[in-house]
Amino acid sequence: MDLVLTSEQQELRAAVRDLLTDHADSARVRTAMDSDTGHDAELWRRLGTDLGVLGLAVPEELGGAGAGHVERSVLAAELGRALVPSPFLASAVFVLDTLLALPAQPARDELAAALASGERIAALAVAEDGAGVFDPGPSATRATRSGDGWRIEGRKSPVLSGEVADVLVVHAVTDDGPALFLVEAGASGLTRARLASIDPTRRLARIDLAGTPATRLDGDAAAALSAAGDRGAVALAAEQTAGIERAMELTVEYAKIRVQFGRPIGSYQAVKHGCADMYAAWEQSESAVRYAAWAADHDPGALPLAAAVAGVYVGPRYFEVATGMVQYHGGIGYTWEHDAHLFYKRAKSDELLLGTPGAQRARLAGLLNI
Amino acid sequence: MTTTAEDRLHEYRRTLRAWLAGHVPENPTGDVEEAKAFQAALHDAGYSGITWPAGSGGQGLGPAEQQIFAEEAAAFEMPVRPFLIGMGMCGPTIVDLGTDEQKRRYLPPLLRGEEIWCQLFSEPGAGSDVAGLQCRAVADGDGWVLTGAKVWTSNAQWADYGAILARTDPDRPKHGGITMFVVDMRAPGLTVRPLVDMTGGAPFNEVYLDGVRVGPDDVLGQVNAGWAAAVTMLGHERVTISGLRQKRSSGLTFEALADLGRRHGTDPVARDRLADLYAHQRVLELFNARMRQETVAGAAPGSRGSVGKLAGAMLLRRAVDTAGHLAGANMVAWEDGDTGAASLELGTNSTPASNIAGGTNEIQRGIIGDRILGLPREPQVDRGVAFRDLTVGTQTSAAETSSEQTPKGGS
Repeated sequence: MDLVLTSEQQELRAAVRDLLTDHADSARVRTAMDSDTGHDAELWRRLGTDLGVLGLAVPEELGGAGAGHVERSVLAAELGRALVPSPFLASAVFVLDTLLALPAQPARDELAAALASGERIAALAVAEDGAGVFDPGPSATRATRSGDGWRIEGRKSPVLSGEVADVLVVHAVTDDGPALFLVEAGASGLTRARLASIDPTRRLARIDLAGTPATRLDGDAAAALSAAGDRGAVALAAEQTAGIERAMELTVEYAKIRVQFGRPIGSYQAVKHGCADMYAAWEQSESAVRYAAWAADHDPGALPLAAAVAGVYVGPRYFEVATGMVQYHGGIGYTWEHDAHLFYKRAKSDELLLGTPGAQRARLAGLLNI
Repeated sequence: MTTTAEDRLHEYRRTLRAWLAGHVPENPTGDVEEAKAFQAALHDAGYSGITWPAGSGGQGLGPAEQQIFAEEAAAFEMPVRPFLIGMGMCGPTIVDLGTDEQKRRYLPPLLRGEEIWCQLFSEPGAGSDVAGLQCRAVADGDGWVLTGAKVWTSNAQWADYGAILARTDPDRPKHGGITMFVVDMRAPGLTVRPLVDMTGGAPFNEVYLDGVRVGPDDVLGQVNAGWAAAVTMLGHERVTISGLRQKRSSGLTFEALADLGRRHGTDPVARDRLADLYAHQRVLELFNARMRQETVAGAAPGSRGSVGKLAGAMLLRRAVDTAGHLAGANMVAWEDGDTGAASLELGTNSTPASNIAGGTNEIQRGIIGDRILGLPREPQVDRGVAFRDLTVGTQTSAAETSSEQTPKGGS
């Protein structure tokens, strides 16, 4: 296994970081998060077209870069580090991975290419009643035949980037079992409502489908969601790990310059040791992500366990570190003006995006046969 | 790396693997004679002192071979415990700092498994702050006379030699008045007593020195430069502790606890804790693997070793907690002969050692904060102060300090 980035992968990281330094500093992140769409369409275009990184894990014949999950984890990390509000996870990770896990078919291939270039944005509408993104639960959403096509009846919530998506990949139950469907944003009977959210850098929506026309995608829906869930967990853990690193860096910087009782607060063990624990959490998270991303590319049989370990370990660490970030910043860390709260809120929304920590540990326990 | 070098390493691994399979005893007794015989066999086969310079009796090979040895040896329980300190710390320090005569005298018998070493640093009053040590070395003729007490000394009961730190000049600030000596563990005035720890076992000793003579040829490094020698040796210690993968037998691994769960059954909470334990154990393994890959690629781990040390100690605490969810009352009381429960007891009671020995968790966090994160250091009240004017250890009053300090000058 390779747990160290190659020089090409490090160059990719530097290129993305350069772009985000110029186009996604704190002021721009705040502008984007307060905008109607909740993201910066111009930055999205730069990522998709100028840098061409939205399809890093998509094969070249489907319009992607043909690189891999290690490369995509590098991109996810940089976006997470800068807290970029964007449909990246929903569209270029969750939906793309789901499509790639389905057999080749015109509707799939066409959409994958459009997502890889960033030309279109998609969202995964699977969860109901607040479950994890890939978990349909005991689905109450039904799809029935209607002439040549299908119509869907039901409610999906929360749907990450559901409001801004041009197309939705919807999980619904048919008479012959669960299946995945494409639903266009302008389809009749589709309503989308923005949900209130703890995380201002991330948009979640409720989707109502009332006899909404849909195109069925061929393939095993459960298997595709399971495969995509593992890959999505890797990208999410990469984002979280980069968030840990950035929150730690900012906290350490502040602890060096903030003086109380005649000393920089970072010289007090109470603060210093907390920062050291952040560092230990980051080093171990980074190791878990490097392995899981490597497994996604080179040892798919080991991926479910590797991804589950990364999810179980990294998620709670990010929230602990972000909590420490607010804490060690003291009063300034509790203000809206300071970015600490954005890390705190992103850490919590990330931690619960793929299911509760308990559900993730239960899944890991199942993989371990305990 | 050229193909030739890869081939050579592959061949090294293949030969080593076969040798280990043929020579490591299946059920080691753990006694010192067995260790001496095995160390001699390692030496004869060319696996003793892998990275030591050939001129000092070593093999003169690189970190890649050392890494291969660590990986292959991890599958075995090698009976080398009495030699870990000599091979891992004292020997490399002699390689770094010893005179030609010291290298000739001490290294070959160590490499051949004939002489055992111990390290005499810690004292009752000097644990994390080793430089606060009080053992005196009073000049006498061309040598010194050692008086004091050392503690937590592994191997002392069978050691031939020890590397000892003693205070040669109490008028200097504490780091500047220390000298490292080689001391003959059978010298007159030196007494070794077993130290019973909280498990009830006695893997360590107390060593008392009452007028033990050392000569000018016994100085390791320079007089009053013992702190630099100690830092050199402790650097080797970190490598030894983090590089040594012992077969885990404590009953506190995920694997052992999962087994326990299969026997006792698991409730949802125990299952939840067990999965979390696995994740923590696995990410630490992956961290260690990543450090090794970076080391082979040329990036020295440096202070990042403290992360592994700290995380390993915290992992054991987590495992003790998890064990309680699985074993319940069987962790408290058990029938004679229940080896599983007894091993859990030993693991539980020895977990504090992992959180204290080799640098406490607090010291590790300090290292990470100071050296990796570059956080400002604590104000040091002992900086620039003559040792004789400091309070050290567990002295409780200035009066006690001055009465204890008075004899230190050797007047």
